[in-house]
Amino acid sequence: MQTTRRKFLSFAGGVTVAGTIPIVTLRPVEATPAMLNTAIRNVVGEAPIRVGKIKLDIPPLVENGNTVPMTVNVASPMTADDYVKSIHVFNEKNPQPNIGNFYLNPSSGRAQISTRIRLADTQKVVAIARLSDDSFWQVTAEIVVTLAACTEEVN
Amino acid sequence: MAALINVPAKAKRGDIIEIRTLTSHIMETGFRHTMDGALVPRDIITSFTCRYNGAEIFRADLFPAVAANPYLSFFTVAKESGKLEFEWIGDNGYSSAASASITVE
Repeated sequence: MQTTRRKFLSFAGGVTVAGTIPIVTLRPVEATPAMLNTAIRNVVGEAPIRVGKIKLDIPPLVENGNTVPMTVNVASPMTADDYVKSIHVFNEKNPQPNIGNFYLNPSSGRAQISTRIRLADTQKVVAIARLSDDSFWQVTAEIVVTLAACTEEVN
Repeated sequence: MAALINVPAKAKRGDIIEIRTLTSHIMETGFRHTMDGALVPRDIITSFTCRYNGAEIFRADLFPAVAANPYLSFFTVAKESGKLEFEWIGDNGYSSAASASITVE
């Protein structure tokens, strides 16, 4: 198979994200949807991702991308044989596609986490939940950002 | 380092309680430049762990896309009286810890 520039870049991006070969310094300024895809596949593998069960609570319009409140909630009984193992949050256009990985267990009681994130641009945020039966569920939210984070100059 | 921990002081056995944590950290992304074009090196918290009487109940991997002074909120079932321990680990050997106690009736 011929290696096109696009394929090489998407591979290099994926490797940088995984952090396995830090020598690769080629890094696009923004995470392309291909990088988002690679980051998601790094977590999910080849498993199918279904839509539903998971809720992402994030303001649709934010003035300041430096601190955006976000809550992820998964509909789960959180019992010993049916619980949420982990929640993974990704973005589309920050310099890096990962936001955070959160690991839960049956004693969490409720599959819900909140944090505050940075968004460099108007973009998509994707949250994926991994359940105890190793099924994956995702939700996507579009957020309009008026003041970007991450890449501005330091004074 | 300074950390704010919010855990209910008392809970009934079996209650689901919310734990909220906030710690002070710059979370420098490693993508910003100074006015003269030099890259500001990354300095972030990469990992957070919460243990309840020694057992891990919550863990998170953080990336530069987490806002400065990371805030995390999560839940757990109040099982027994004891201690909740919190640990933040980050770049450049950063490590900080905090704890809170809870009485379960």
